[in-house]
Amino acid sequence: MFYPLAAVTVVSALAVITARNPVRSAMALVATLASLAVCFVALGAHLVAALQIIVYAGAVMVLFLFVIMLLNVQEDPHEGGRTGLKVAAAAIGAALAALFGTVLLRGGGSVEGAWPAGFGTTRALARVLFGDYLVAFELTSVLLLVAVVGAVVLARHDSDESDPGEVEEPQ
Amino acid sequence: MITAAHYLALSAILFFIGATGVVTRRNLIVIFMSIEIMLNAANLAFVAAAAILGKMDGQTIVFFVMTVAAAEAAVGLAVMIALFRNVETVKADEVGALRW
Amino acid sequence: MSVWLIGAIKSLVVVVMVLQLSAFLLWIERKGSALIQNRLGANRAHIFGVVPFNLGFLNTLVADPVKLFTKEDFVPAGSDRFLHALAPFMALFPAIITFAAIPFGDSIRVAGRTIDLQAVHLDVGLLYILAMVSMGVYGVVIAGWASNNRWALLGSIRGSAQMISYELAMGLALVCVVLTYGSVDLQAIVRDQGRTLYGVVPAWGVLYQPVAFVLIFIAGMAESKRVPFDIPEAESELISGYFTEYSGGKQAAFMLADFAEVVLVAGLVTTLFFGGWQVPWLTAQGWKFPGAELISLSPWTVTILQVAAFSVKVLFFCWLQILIRWTVPRFRYDQLMNLGWKRMMPIALANVVITAAVILVWGRAA
Repeated sequence: MFYPLAAVTVVSALAVITARNPVRSAMALVATLASLAVCFVALGAHLVAALQIIVYAGAVMVLFLFVIMLLNVQEDPHEGGRTGLKVAAAAIGAALAALFGTVLLRGGGSVEGAWPAGFGTTRALARVLFGDYLVAFELTSVLLLVAVVGAVVLARHDSDESDPGEVEEPQ
Repeated sequence: MITAAHYLALSAILFFIGATGVVTRRNLIVIFMSIEIMLNAANLAFVAAAAILGKMDGQTIVFFVMTVAAAEAAVGLAVMIALFRNVETVKADEVGALRW
Repeated sequence: MSVWLIGAIKSLVVVVMVLQLSAFLLWIERKGSALIQNRLGANRAHIFGVVPFNLGFLNTLVADPVKLFTKEDFVPAGSDRFLHALAPFMALFPAIITFAAIPFGDSIRVAGRTIDLQAVHLDVGLLYILAMVSMGVYGVVIAGWASNNRWALLGSIRGSAQMISYELAMGLALVCVVLTYGSVDLQAIVRDQGRTLYGVVPAWGVLYQPVAFVLIFIAGMAESKRVPFDIPEAESELISGYFTEYSGGKQAAFMLADFAEVVLVAGLVTTLFFGGWQVPWLTAQGWKFPGAELISLSPWTVTILQVAAFSVKVLFFCWLQILIRWTVPRFRYDQLMNLGWKRMMPIALANVVITAAVILVWGRAA
């Protein structure tokens, strides 16, 4: 079960960084997020998996797609250059990934072995979230407010200079 | 025998895929998406750690990371829209005015 | 039989029932709208024009899908073929897969094994439904983009803006339901509605959360882009809005997704507010009418009655949505967005606050 899932995740992530068309990149990222949600379910984090789909795949990526369509980002015909850099980056990335991967693989710890009852349910997460991390929760809500206000201010048209103007009345 | 450490290794692989994407691509939006891959790799590492230790703290951190990443995505995309209005491009090479 | 096989059979049953009901609803919509509008509707489909095959009103049920699937699959020039094929999948897949969480019966005991009549027992069932509803936006967005047609794109941007706006009101109303029942598990919510208030009235959710019921019903119709919220599709004005450039099987997928969402909204409303598979005064042992003795029934009879009750309720709400579609004129786009943001969201927020206050003072429903 793990190996097909990991393969799908890695292939979609590779598709994100290699696709020429940014819309295809975005859809590949959606696929990556969805397979990560399945990984979360396999690790017992049901609520976090549902939140991943609702927040990340359902809202953030829609925002990405809107921006891509708004800016009409096309494929870059000159994207293919700098092959030397790309090969070097890919080689170093693959080497580091292999290094970290093999080191981390010795971590052990079974899946669903020593989990307490109700691990990963909403109730358990709520207990920790509103218990130990209450201050962080409140600060995060302030952060979200700041982000919303900032995004609206940044993306707004400046000072209505692009006012559509009055509708001409037929004389 | 699949242990939770396999998921940690998967998160490392995803992280470096994201890092390669940031370094290699020129399109700002694709760079941003690669950053999101890195954030999700970190999320996977946290959830795997929570599974190994049997405590819910890892999943709570993931909750916060998700929220902060959503806020960052919103603001980052708004910055990109504002940038696009001024320079009409999303290629990272062409917005190098602040480089030395 | 292993757990996987049982799960596969349950999932297959659910998926097949949903697809059949969606196709059936397509035909019911055509004839039902004809009934409402005092006309005959489509009745001319023959097979070779021969009399025994001229069951005009029934042939349309077969002819419509056959027509849709045998048309040419046309991909417009300059569009991305992969995305063009992906969009109907992204529209249909979340609409069908959401039914995995909806319970259609109580647990049954077969051969010493307890089987839950729910395709997958999720302990975050309600959030799963919300997640799949959020995924439905992609079908609209990609359909408009992949059409290489600026009016389809405009329709899809409007449609997706509408969908994400009403997700908000739906989510807040679902929060009220979660507050009332103290659980996100759909089977637990349905089981909780089997009680009776004062021994007489069945404790269905609509009695506890009438405002949330209205909000979820309206938001659900807006999510599935049905009239009066069908500006993205607008059959009499735009050709087909965001799926104009789709023909044949892909258009069939969009229409199936539309009707699957009708069934989904009906199923969701039934589960949360009208007792799901609960029959009034029917307990797991038999009929328990108020003031009378227990009339015991066999477990299989009880199960069959419960599944039948669920089906009747879902069909009622499907019919209600079709009735509303052919009765109410559609909203203008700004009226639609005003309704979502300026009226439904504050009402939903106020409902959350009031529900929380009531629970604090009087305790939960359970």
